Amino acid sequence: MPWDLDSKRSIYGQIIERIKSRIVTGTYPPGEKLPSVRDLAEEAGVNPNTMQRALSELERTGVIYSQRTSGRFVTEDENMIRNLKEAAAEEVVETFLEKIRELGLDIQTVLSMIQKSAGGEDNERNI
Amino acid sequence: MSVIFECSSLTKQYGHLAALDHVDLKLESGRIVGLLGPNGSGKTTMLKLANGLIVPTSGSIRIGGYEPGIETKQMISYLPDANYLPDWMKVETLVSFFGDFYPDFRRERAMEMLNSLNISPAAPLKTLSKGTKEKVQLILAMSREAKVYLLDEPIGGVDPAARDYILETILRNYSEDALVLISTHLIADVERLLDEVVFINSGKIMIHRTVDDIRDSEQKSVDEYFREVFRCWENY
Repeated sequence: MPWDLDSKRSIYGQIIERIKSRIVTGTYPPGEKLPSVRDLAEEAGVNPNTMQRALSELERTGVIYSQRTSGRFVTEDENMIRNLKEAAAEEVVETFLEKIRELGLDIQTVLSMIQKSAGGEDNERNI
Repeated sequence: MSVIFECSSLTKQYGHLAALDHVDLKLESGRIVGLLGPNGSGKTTMLKLANGLIVPTSGSIRIGGYEPGIETKQMISYLPDANYLPDWMKVETLVSFFGDFYPDFRRERAMEMLNSLNISPAAPLKTLSKGTKEKVQLILAMSREAKVYLLDEPIGGVDPAARDYILETILRNYSEDALVLISTHLIADVERLLDEVVFINSGKIMIHRTVDDIRDSEQKSVDEYFREVFRCWENY
């Protein structure tokens, strides 16, 4: 099955997001060799040129690196991966807060709701 | 990448009607391009001109620097919009036939694709359904290692499941330095495959942009953008 992409947004940008998310979630662990451009393009159901462009951009930002003859690899820099993860989490928080603002709730109420929900897992700890 | 397909002031006149009207277009190798337009906009005329099936009234079309002729036929793999295969032939005879015609034909590739689509090589063409014939035609076209693929409505007559396979086949088989020009009005099905699109209407090029450029600047899919552009057009 081709990747499920939003037809209103650039394909290139969505590929970048998708690969970053695979790195963050460990589908592609640090140091792992990525599939070839052609294989990835086929899997995603997109044009190889678009895949190539997305990978070059990821390379430019250091998330992946290429070794001239053997292909492309995920960065081994754990800090960078943690940054990616935090950036992804920030985005989730942003969307969350936006929805909360739409509901007209104040932050304090929401924080205590979060505490209560998280408390289900860990009652004793103060957040 | 270099320009491999070039029209300059290309015009094809049928009586008073200009099927193509002073078209200037340059396409580079290594790209997958959608030639999109409503019925009767000039898509098929352009592909026929590129293949030398008809000749321009004025202007020129060059492929790899040559006007349509022996040199260009070696470079171009063409999928016409009509069924042109002789009905009495068996699928495997056709495969051999193509192998004799074109040095760049890859027999193994053709057999493999026939196999994945469950088409029996021993079947006479006349026993196949319309959709299956279209698949055979596409397989023959994509089994060549051509420099230019000109595909006229490659997915028009086949079911959605086979559509996916055919699009995948195009992605998998085109040589990376080749130009693939796909004419279609099933835009939603093909747009994620395309690098760039050419919108054509009444024999004129209206828009020539990359897919991601359209999506970024219009916040729309190419399909929606197409509907919008052609809706506006009707109001003028």
